[in-house]
Amino acid sequence: MGEFKVHRVRFFDYMPSGIRALAFNGDTERMAVARMDGSVEIFHCSDRFFQEKIIPGREQCGIEGLSWVGERLFSAGLNGGITEYDLTNQKVKYTIDAYKIPWYTFLILCFYHLNLDRQKSRIVSLSWHTSGSKIAAGMMDMIQIFNVETGHSIHRMLADRGVGTSRSKECVVWSVVYLSDGTIVSGDSVGMVKLWDDQTGTLIKSHNVTKCDVLALSVSQNEDSLVAGTSEGTVVQFQFVSMVLGKDDKEWVRTRTFKNHTHDIRAVAEITTAVVSGGMDAQLVVKPLLDKIEVRSAASALRKIHFPHRRLVFCARNSGLMLFQYPGHLELWRLGESEGKGIPGSSLFVKRNPEKLLHLKVKGEDHIRCSAVSPCGEWIVYSTASSLRLYRLHCDNNNVSITKISKLPKVLSSANQLCFSSDSSHLFSASTQSSVHIVSLSQSGCKFVGTLKPKSGSHQAIHLLAASEDGEWLASANSDHEVHIYNLQTRKAHCTVPVYSSAVTAMGIHPTTNCLFMMYADQQMCEYSIEQKQYTDWSRTVQRKGLHRLWMERDTPCLNVMFNPQNPSHVILHDTYMLCIIDQSLPLPDDKTQFYNQLTLKSLTEDQRKSHSHAFKVCKTFKDILCVELISDQSLVVVERPLEDVATQLPAPIKQKKFAT
Amino acid sequence: MKITGLSHLFKWENLHNWWLTKYFFPPLFVLCTSGDSVKVYSTRTEEWLHSLQGHTNQVTGIALNRANHLQVYSCSADGTVKLWDFIDGILIKTFIIGYPLFAIYVSEKHDGIVFLHIAMDTDSKNECFQLVAVHLPKSAEQEVEAKELSAVSSRISPNPSCTAFGREGQYIAFARHLQLNVYFFRKQKTYSFSLKATDKKGAKNAFTCIACHPADDCIATGHEDGKIRLWRNFIHTKEYTYSTQHWHHNAVNTLCFTPEGTNLLSGGIESVLVQWQYGAGNRKEFLPRLGGSILHVSTSSDGQLFCTSHSDNKITVIESSFKVCGVIQGLVKGDAVLTDLMIDPRSKALVLNGKPGHLQFYSLMRDKHLYNLDIVQQEYIYEAGLDQFEVVKAAFDINGYWLATVEERGQKSSDLEFVLKLWAYDERTQSFVLNTTITAAHTDRIISMCFSSSEETTMLVTTAEDGQFKAWCQGADADTQQDQSFWSCEFVGSYHNLKPTNCSFSADSSLLAVNFQEVITIWSPDTWELLTTLCQPPGVVRDLCFGRLSCSKYLIATTTRNLLCCWNLLTCALEWSTSVEVSKLQPDPLSENVAAFSYQSKHTDLFVFKPSEPRPLFTHKNMCSEKIHRAVFVPREEPLNNCDESSQWLNRSQLYFLTQNMDLLTFSTATEEDRMLSSSKRLVIDDSVAVTPFYLLLGKHRQQQQKLNTPSHPAADKPQQPQGSVTITELLHTPAHVLPAASVLCSMLVSSLLISNTGVRKDPLREMESSEQEMNSEKEEEHSEEEMEACDSQQELRAQGSVDEVTPKLSKAQERELKRIRKTDFSWMTGLIDSKP
Repeated sequence: MGEFKVHRVRFFDYMPSGIRALAFNGDTERMAVARMDGSVEIFHCSDRFFQEKIIPGREQCGIEGLSWVGERLFSAGLNGGITEYDLTNQKVKYTIDAYKIPWYTFLILCFYHLNLDRQKSRIVSLSWHTSGSKIAAGMMDMIQIFNVETGHSIHRMLADRGVGTSRSKECVVWSVVYLSDGTIVSGDSVGMVKLWDDQTGTLIKSHNVTKCDVLALSVSQNEDSLVAGTSEGTVVQFQFVSMVLGKDDKEWVRTRTFKNHTHDIRAVAEITTAVVSGGMDAQLVVKPLLDKIEVRSAASALRKIHFPHRRLVFCARNSGLMLFQYPGHLELWRLGESEGKGIPGSSLFVKRNPEKLLHLKVKGEDHIRCSAVSPCGEWIVYSTASSLRLYRLHCDNNNVSITKISKLPKVLSSANQLCFSSDSSHLFSASTQSSVHIVSLSQSGCKFVGTLKPKSGSHQAIHLLAASEDGEWLASANSDHEVHIYNLQTRKAHCTVPVYSSAVTAMGIHPTTNCLFMMYADQQMCEYSIEQKQYTDWSRTVQRKGLHRLWMERDTPCLNVMFNPQNPSHVILHDTYMLCIIDQSLPLPDDKTQFYNQLTLKSLTEDQRKSHSHAFKVCKTFKDILCVELISDQSLVVVERPLEDVATQLPAPIKQKKFAT
Repeated sequence: MKITGLSHLFKWENLHNWWLTKYFFPPLFVLCTSGDSVKVYSTRTEEWLHSLQGHTNQVTGIALNRANHLQVYSCSADGTVKLWDFIDGILIKTFIIGYPLFAIYVSEKHDGIVFLHIAMDTDSKNECFQLVAVHLPKSAEQEVEAKELSAVSSRISPNPSCTAFGREGQYIAFARHLQLNVYFFRKQKTYSFSLKATDKKGAKNAFTCIACHPADDCIATGHEDGKIRLWRNFIHTKEYTYSTQHWHHNAVNTLCFTPEGTNLLSGGIESVLVQWQYGAGNRKEFLPRLGGSILHVSTSSDGQLFCTSHSDNKITVIESSFKVCGVIQGLVKGDAVLTDLMIDPRSKALVLNGKPGHLQFYSLMRDKHLYNLDIVQQEYIYEAGLDQFEVVKAAFDINGYWLATVEERGQKSSDLEFVLKLWAYDERTQSFVLNTTITAAHTDRIISMCFSSSEETTMLVTTAEDGQFKAWCQGADADTQQDQSFWSCEFVGSYHNLKPTNCSFSADSSLLAVNFQEVITIWSPDTWELLTTLCQPPGVVRDLCFGRLSCSKYLIATTTRNLLCCWNLLTCALEWSTSVEVSKLQPDPLSENVAAFSYQSKHTDLFVFKPSEPRPLFTHKNMCSEKIHRAVFVPREEPLNNCDESSQWLNRSQLYFLTQNMDLLTFSTATEEDRMLSSSKRLVIDDSVAVTPFYLLLGKHRQQQQKLNTPSHPAADKPQQPQGSVTITELLHTPAHVLPAASVLCSMLVSSLLISNTGVRKDPLREMESSEQEMNSEKEEEHSEEEMEACDSQQELRAQGSVDEVTPKLSKAQERELKRIRKTDFSWMTGLIDSKP
């Protein structure tokens, strides 16, 4: 498998932001997730929940609600603004200050035409009836139903306060759902899920779900299932089942309880085959509903998404520098140095500690969308939604200084993805319409060289760029799963890789063979020969034989593809839980062979080893990996972010009595 | 003579506790299985009414007949299903199935069909059971063979609570291990749902019980880890759904929906009855501290009463407002009886381990649990596997004034804790009060103890594994100002560092025998001088006792090498010895007799002998198949006068013994049998007549008449239906609108109330002949002679005739009599009119 010196980096204090709202679009199978920091992410539900798009947030931009209207995505914030997003270019389209009152709610549909009766009480939640003629609003201590046409209140239903000490506290109706049959479901701060009849304004049934708050409610598309998220971190499911089998008198019955969160659940959504929940602990949990799944497979397993499916760490390969991308700033670190060699598996003595060179704060309110550091370590670039900044780093011994490159070409106003060429002479900036601008860098400054445009295809934003080692080729992947390859000499599109149904999660161009190696969200892998414009033989063998079951069952996408310059047949991949080296010279494993065979191999003799070894060598020494990078001195940099560390930085969860403690 | 179980007790069923199913209808009665009979109790008075007897083996299940709510089916391991009228205790029908039956279920939908558990293989250890539907043939005969068996399923758990009928009997749900099956009768289709063996948290998911909602299609299942799941939508193999509730920390033993379906009751080892509100999530109510772990819960058909049965042989009756309103307590059954069986000399109650940490006092005379005496005085935690204090030894002194107890903890682990306690009887409170607690009586556990048997000085001797025996006396130190005096150690004895096991005082307390393995040492308690040693190797002495009364010069001992020896203490020589394996030696305190239980070749024999002669007085071979370790002679209130040689030894006291199956058995003589039977009969009749003013008025008269009517009958106290009461009952039961005018009736009624002559004149001869006449018959004779002049009517003659024919034991005969009376219809009226003065 080969030995590497590994820099185990644990000083990247990345904190995922808590999830505030979820919205599911059943037609496109996309899940929109709004986080506390104002960012909106789009996940593809049928493509193993790959995080397709990220729209970075802004300072002071709290999103309170998300809603799909057709294929358009809207959000409502605490500041009273309603925002529409441009999903193609992954940015905010426009914001309307609807009223200077905060709407805590979602569903923005023609809201500003409404002139409801003046309310003294705060409206906390809203839900439309499917007919569009009625609105249910959750407020303090009560729920009101409004007629949309007249704007008058039809019913006012009082929610009970808690008993005992909580008697004096107001009961906040955190969430309401208006079902098409006229039932209103409410979740409140007393811990009750209540069902009301909108005709009579009476309580039909109440379920005590928790001792704390019920913060979120969501109903499935065919309205036979309802999920409630509580501040204890539980998701409670209610189902609309017939009490007597074969008859139609159905009732809402509490059925399952899922506990996958440690903190408040702020948003739940029931999608076709699963319940998705997100909360203060910043993880997105996809709990499959086994009764809705036809075939149980890896695609339908319980999934917890902790980290973004994008790179947040960049390495200057030749100079041992690391760039960490935080939402509001960048950090540049120099790797430490260690002494001598040790036996495999042992840790080396650190001669020089890693040191933080730079803390670069973002100008303006926008958060960073992408960033990059050049392989030589001289150039740093980042882009927000509105601006792109390029810096030149001067590093002589202990003095570190940067200069901003002031005169940037106009095309570099903003970028979706940034990448340097391997000799650090060019910067590639992915722009709108799937185009890539090329800028040449020199001591004096930068100069616009040209734009690469795809021959045809979609205008979706590019999320991955890969430049070849020899400076000949550039590959770009966009969210429509298209991969375009450009010839940098001619600055023309060279070819397009056949479009696959799954999104590309990582790709790299082999330094010697110039083959493009691609990893897909469904864990498939492809190798495409750029020169011959076709899949390589190895890739065809992989497709024919299929990959091992255990490989396909992994639930996080591969985030980086690297090549070992010492051994051209080695491809290094990583996901959140493992590091893998694929030896293309060895046979592929089939489902009968032992996949994780390192220990077995160790116990065998040299001769036997040959017959037992296969192409996949998996290393699970590292956990919660954000990034793995091979740097020029043949050492690996592994950036870990242990989930325990993340958990300790979260606010304390609600105390719960545990049995026998 | 016969070995009988105590009639009024629930028979201890430690073997298959879950067979103690009971049903509950109308709230007046609780039915529960007990050994080979079904017992009927009143929920109001908590009294035992009668037993439904007739099965020849363990009754394994009972189920109410849905067609007639006054009838109940019972099934038994003897392979029969019997239909009973449980109010009168009459066997209506017997269906012979032919296989041992293990549970019975009925449903309202399936008329004339019962569902039974039968073993698939003859080897019952295999635990392969199947559920069969049996069509009960409609036939007028008493005994019918039911041959129409059809199998429903073979995936049946041996636990009968794992099977339940669903709404309106449309489906049956049964679970085994981790699989729940629902069989729909109409579709003839089974749906199966499986749970994982364990989930990540190590929960045990196996099913332990099932209940179906009466109105909704909802199945509640209890699980080994204490979870309760409510299953719905189970006609879909995929879209089925369930919700989980978790309160019990250990397996849920029983589940039951209330008849309206508004609540679900659950119980387990915690001995807390939990009431879950149906459909309201986790809203629940608790009724804690009910006693032993809850084995079954059932509700009355009107939902007014709940009833739980407990592992300590108790039934608790609970109102629907969740208040305990009655406790039917049998002999309290603990995990094991560690103490000997003892008799409290004061109350003559049987004393043994009861509730955990308690001694129970049980009156054998009244067959009633008296009270529990808290020895350990610590809260008992109902959880499996905890090491808690348990009373292991107890002894009374001869007057019943002192009680010594030893409680122990940590037998299994190495750190043994034990406490010796002495309790004095307090006349004022009429109970035992703790006098002395000795925490370190010995350095190792106490093996045996006994009080001296003399009246004057009370002395306690304990032997322990530390190689010493100690004598304890009361109030040796005078420096205590209190008027109470406490117990302290008087003498410590040992012999060659051997381990003492048994100790015994002679009848006059002049000698103390302590055995040290093979050696028996005889001590004088006055001087604490070692008088002599007796030894008969090989074999360690297992049991020893002194003879009583005329045989007090003998010492009897049993050894582990199957030897029963008898020494004469005057000569210090072995009088006789015989080779017999004795598991328990029990002397009778009121006679010379000694009972020896011998366990040989897998059954127990009983020998009763006098120490003076090596030949046994009485031998009962093959008494039972279990080993017997506990036995006691219970002195009778009044001695019997049995001439029968074989039962003479039972004249002064009765022998009770406890089998390893925890059955308390006794020997009863034929006369006792009769009395027991008649008393139970009387109970039935008394209960069937409500206490009304009419009864008070007429009942007394009826009794008189009854006596008059039956002077010639051998057993006068056997009840029967006298003619007079029949007329009055008939009169009272006839609807008012078909009765003749009140003026006519008035005279009739009055005349019927007159003490009529029974025609004794006719039978003086027979009267003379009857030798086995009871005491009071003479009085009656005088009585009847006074009334000699009263008129004699044809009615009376007929009545006399009918009485002669009646053999009151037989219900058939009674029926015939009733039929005859019905046939005669209103002819009695004319008879009465004729006899008008």
